[in-house]
Amino acid sequence: MAHAFSLSRLRKPSVIPGFGLTFGFAVTYLSLIVLIPIAALVLQSASVGWDEFWRIATDARTVAALRTSFGLSLIAALVNMFFGLILAWVLTRYRFPGRRIVDAMVDLPFALPTAVAGISLGSLYAVNGWVGGLFDFRITYTSIGITIALVFVGLPFVVRTVQPVLEDLDKELEEAAATLGAGRWRTVIRVILPPLVPSVLTGFALAYARAVGEYGSVVFVSQGLPYVNEIAPQLIVIKLEESANYGPAAVIATVMLALAFVLLLFINLLQAWGRRRFGSVG
Amino acid sequence: MSAEKAFIPPDRQRPTEAPPAARAVSLRTRSPVTEAVWVRALLISVGLAFVVVFLLLPLVFVFVQAFKLGFGEYLAQLSEPYAQSAIRLTLLVTAIAVPANLIFGIAAAWAIAKYEFKGKAFLITLIDLPFSVSPVIAGLVYVLLFGAQGYFGPWLAANDIQIIFAVPGIVLATIFVTFPFVARELIPLMQEQGTGDEEAALSLGASGFRTFLFVTLPNVKWALLYGVLLCNARAMGEFGAVSVLSGRIQGFTNTMPLQIEAASKEFSRTAEVAAFSLASLLALLALVTLALKTFLEWRYADRLSSAGQSH
Amino acid sequence: MTIRRPANGREFLAGAAAAIGVIIIVVAITMSGRSVALLNVSYDPTRELFEEYNQAFAAYWREATGQAVSIRQSHGGSGAQARAVVDGLEADIVTLALEVDVNLLAEAGLMDANWRDLLPNRSAPYTSTIVFVVRAGNPKNIRDWDDLVRDDVAVVTPNPKTSGGARWNFLAAWAYAESRSGGDEAVTLDFVRRLYANVAVLDTGARGSTQTFAQRGTGDVLIAWENEAHLTVGEFGAGAFEIVMPSQSILAEPPVAVVTRYADARSTATVAEAYVEYLYSAVGQRIAAAHFFRPSDPDLVDPEALAAFPAIQMTTIDHFGGWAEAQPRFFGDGAIFDQIYLPAP
Repeated sequence: MAHAFSLSRLRKPSVIPGFGLTFGFAVTYLSLIVLIPIAALVLQSASVGWDEFWRIATDARTVAALRTSFGLSLIAALVNMFFGLILAWVLTRYRFPGRRIVDAMVDLPFALPTAVAGISLGSLYAVNGWVGGLFDFRITYTSIGITIALVFVGLPFVVRTVQPVLEDLDKELEEAAATLGAGRWRTVIRVILPPLVPSVLTGFALAYARAVGEYGSVVFVSQGLPYVNEIAPQLIVIKLEESANYGPAAVIATVMLALAFVLLLFINLLQAWGRRRFGSVG
Repeated sequence: MSAEKAFIPPDRQRPTEAPPAARAVSLRTRSPVTEAVWVRALLISVGLAFVVVFLLLPLVFVFVQAFKLGFGEYLAQLSEPYAQSAIRLTLLVTAIAVPANLIFGIAAAWAIAKYEFKGKAFLITLIDLPFSVSPVIAGLVYVLLFGAQGYFGPWLAANDIQIIFAVPGIVLATIFVTFPFVARELIPLMQEQGTGDEEAALSLGASGFRTFLFVTLPNVKWALLYGVLLCNARAMGEFGAVSVLSGRIQGFTNTMPLQIEAASKEFSRTAEVAAFSLASLLALLALVTLALKTFLEWRYADRLSSAGQSH
Repeated sequence: MTIRRPANGREFLAGAAAAIGVIIIVVAITMSGRSVALLNVSYDPTRELFEEYNQAFAAYWREATGQAVSIRQSHGGSGAQARAVVDGLEADIVTLALEVDVNLLAEAGLMDANWRDLLPNRSAPYTSTIVFVVRAGNPKNIRDWDDLVRDDVAVVTPNPKTSGGARWNFLAAWAYAESRSGGDEAVTLDFVRRLYANVAVLDTGARGSTQTFAQRGTGDVLIAWENEAHLTVGEFGAGAFEIVMPSQSILAEPPVAVVTRYADARSTATVAEAYVEYLYSAVGQRIAAAHFFRPSDPDLVDPEALAAFPAIQMTTIDHFGGWAEAQPRFFGDGAIFDQIYLPAP
């Protein structure tokens, strides 16, 4: 048949009907909602011209905002990696009262809107707040406050990627190690931790990616001081609000998008590596 | 692959629900494959402290602040016209965005799971794309398309159509950020289930649609519900994307999260209660979501996806 | 069963059409026609003022014409709000903080360039100035601008890069230092630099600063709009905060205007004009004064309401050559504010 959409060449034959319909629906919907708008963004940022693009992208304020976003997100992801690993360990290996509630609570940041987290953390860590009052330095309005918000939004990732791997871990290996005279500490380092590495890294990268794009909770805990603690999404909003056209906002957004893709690629490679090296990843 | 996929693969929850004795040790026993009591106690304390400070405290604080001036004031603030319209708008937006993404999720999962075709992995990556895009950018892209200076701006203005600074823009941005939730739950499960059941039904003469309705759907309904649950929570709570294009018209384009921000800028003794009372509704939604999610994972673990973590 | 391969192309198109259909439905069911409600796009500190004024105007309008009118409000940073209107937020009326912000709308062709001459008092129905708020009892004994550069004083003011109100604060401090130093720019610059070195929190907006100071308990003195200062004292009781009038300040004239292009398109021009004109009436002026904006026509307001507005020496923006000159000189990228406050990039 001479039809333009010769999908049968694209896919292997199947007896199940509906491929054309569902494939057509999915691709069109995806294009209209996601791909075309993102293409418009890239197009808009390209329309300012290469020189202008480069000037905006390397402007001191842009660079500072990107450094703040990626730097504080890195700290937050590291915090989450450390505590996430402990939490995953505690939740899978130990019995204690309230364990299941804690386990369910870990997903709270996925379910709690960021604005709610933000307004709560902002008051909580203010100098006259419950927690902020305990310290003699400011938390809300500083980079520390932003980092706390970013820890909150990225908290579940490491726990949730490590937990299943830890549960599937063969106990016999540990027993064997113990039988062969390895101390517990040595067993943990040599036998338990290595297979966890890919899932820990994956969780870390996911938490990092999530934190980099975060906006809702940060605006409630940050004063967004240019060059100091203004995050990139905040700068995009400000550029959109104060520029004569959409160019600057689009350029910064495109740079962020590109960096997010690099991160995404890295996560995928990480998982592929983990599967090759250890058979499964969280 | 993307950010919010780290929900527990439900099948792996099972062992922790009914742990074999050898897998988990109580605090008192000491076997060669566990740690000294003080190490265990320390780790549990550190983990719990982390959860209390970063999760429990912010959650509890929302309710404490909401009821600071008593239950009467709480209700009074929630019945303010702006709060009421924000609640209505959020419900409206969610009621549109979630079904739209539900239809997409089913279509995408069907195409991807039931057939082999070139570029499948790429398509799956594209579906996950919205999770790796900052919400602010999700709002921005629609401004670029539909703003007065955007690509379609002049045409829209000439035809008297308002997309941004109005409800349609808010809906579109919400659809964007909640785009992958349903598809992401369905795809791995349907892939795993294969096409055997459907082929059997079809060979018995059932139509394609009936096959879907009576064979496929019952197989995936819990995963579907799971995806809808997460999609719903995110749709109701989205802030960044909608804040970029809502115009913040009180009583008209302020969703609940935006009204929380607006109320937090009001200057009166009750403003804080106004903000936190709305926040408490969303926090309640989060708790219900968590409870239902935990219930689904516990009750229907085998019917949810086992491959939820890796695609 | 048969594999209906030829149908695939048509099926694909059907699927595509269905997807487009879904999105059109999504947009269509949420689309509302142009509403008859007036939209007043304003800046943050006027929330309470317009809440009351809108009711008063609606009542007046019903009485005068028999028509019911509902008024919607949008509040945010003045500059950001102006941009949103340019980008298609169809405001009938703008009530913003700065003349430049309204000029932006005129430049975009949304109203005549001479908008400032269309209403009395250069289209500013009320004015305001910049004052200090200190904690009860004035524990740091803050009397004037000089006290703000003392080592032991922590100042709260918003960021002039993002906040219109903050620019008035900055210029008020500048004008004071300038007159004290007899116009010596180096001395003036140093004074303002020392003042901003004392800033504890530089919020993005005026309202944020007020909350930082009042609700979050940060800093010894808040540099604020006069109306925000009174709001703070009024809401928290005089037992918590006090207002200090500096010896010299600046006269802010927040402009109002009808966005004629949108109003004409929405056929709301008549009621929109009535809305801004009514601000100059006795009722409008009284409400403005009640919310501690200085009425442009004090004769229409009870003398006791005016007691809240002591006469102080005020510079005007004209002293700086108007906003067209002051904005790039002080607040442009790399300009004076960046030099004195922001760390070297």
